[in-house]
Amino acid sequence: MSSASSKRDDTAEVRPQERGCALVTGGSRGIGAAIAGGLAADGWFVGVNYRSGAEAAQEVVAAIATAGGSAVPVQGDVSADGAADELFARLLEESGLPVLVLVNNAGITADGLSPQLSDDDWGRVIDTNLSAAFRLTRAALRPMLKARFGRIVNVASVVGVNRANAGQANYAAAKAGLVGLTKTVAAEVARRGVTVNAVAPGLIETDMTDGIGEGLLAAVPARRAGRPEEVAAAVRFLAGADASYITGTTLTVDGGLTA
Amino acid sequence: MPTVTPQQVEERVIEAVASFGPEKEDVVRDATFESLDVDSLDLVELGQIVQDEYGVELKSDDMPKLKTVGDAIDLIVSRAS
Repeated sequence: MSSASSKRDDTAEVRPQERGCALVTGGSRGIGAAIAGGLAADGWFVGVNYRSGAEAAQEVVAAIATAGGSAVPVQGDVSADGAADELFARLLEESGLPVLVLVNNAGITADGLSPQLSDDDWGRVIDTNLSAAFRLTRAALRPMLKARFGRIVNVASVVGVNRANAGQANYAAAKAGLVGLTKTVAAEVARRGVTVNAVAPGLIETDMTDGIGEGLLAAVPARRAGRPEEVAAAVRFLAGADASYITGTTLTVDGGLTA
Repeated sequence: MPTVTPQQVEERVIEAVASFGPEKEDVVRDATFESLDVDSLDLVELGQIVQDEYGVELKSDDMPKLKTVGDAIDLIVSRAS
């Protein structure tokens, strides 16, 4: 077990859920809340990150506890300076466990047609949806590389790589960037048992998509919007043991919208 | 940060490199990382270890210059002092 080609792997027998916890950014609502609940149901201690929805985050945590899982709310704006280190430190303090599952879900929109899109609206969306995901990924790789196990799942979108949505140049750029980030980091760390994947939701019923889906619905072969739980199912799969050989890919969850 | 001796750094680096796979007796100053099958990601991990333990930062610019175990030891010693 000590040949030069076999890297250290002395903790593989213990379930990952005993060795680490999960962090879901933007976990208080919508898709993030469903992912948090799903990962908790799979046995992960979950940090439910939120920026301003303290009450909603508390409800997610309470629902997880009622279902027999463990979770804590972790407040923090992922786009703030030093946010990654701070979130990880607080979650380590609360759970006693390093982050071995990171779900970069926090996302915002600030729509406007390109001729009128301000630098501020461009920057805010790139900061939260892309740069924060990179910084959290960088911080998460430290415990993951050490543990020889890790799961990073980036919540991208069909907007960007697969579809154009007029008024969302910033969002599309961030989400397409997230797919590039996913593939690159996946290639860098694959040999350490750390996988990095993305899910690309289509039209999903959440506050964020409230009121914008009617026109799009006609283009969805499934003839309905997706539910947050249906996106969470893909994330749970990618975070699970069965997905150990899947890395650098994007799993589209869109009812056939981009088929 | 408590003072560390070059000897301590050398021992720690050798121990860390050996933990990446090679036999400890093969991890000598003149051994190249390539010959030991120690890759760039291993060196990143070595960087994390020396940062945690000695407060020494190995930057991405440093990595291509580190060809042998001795190169790494010397660089870390020079920054730890």
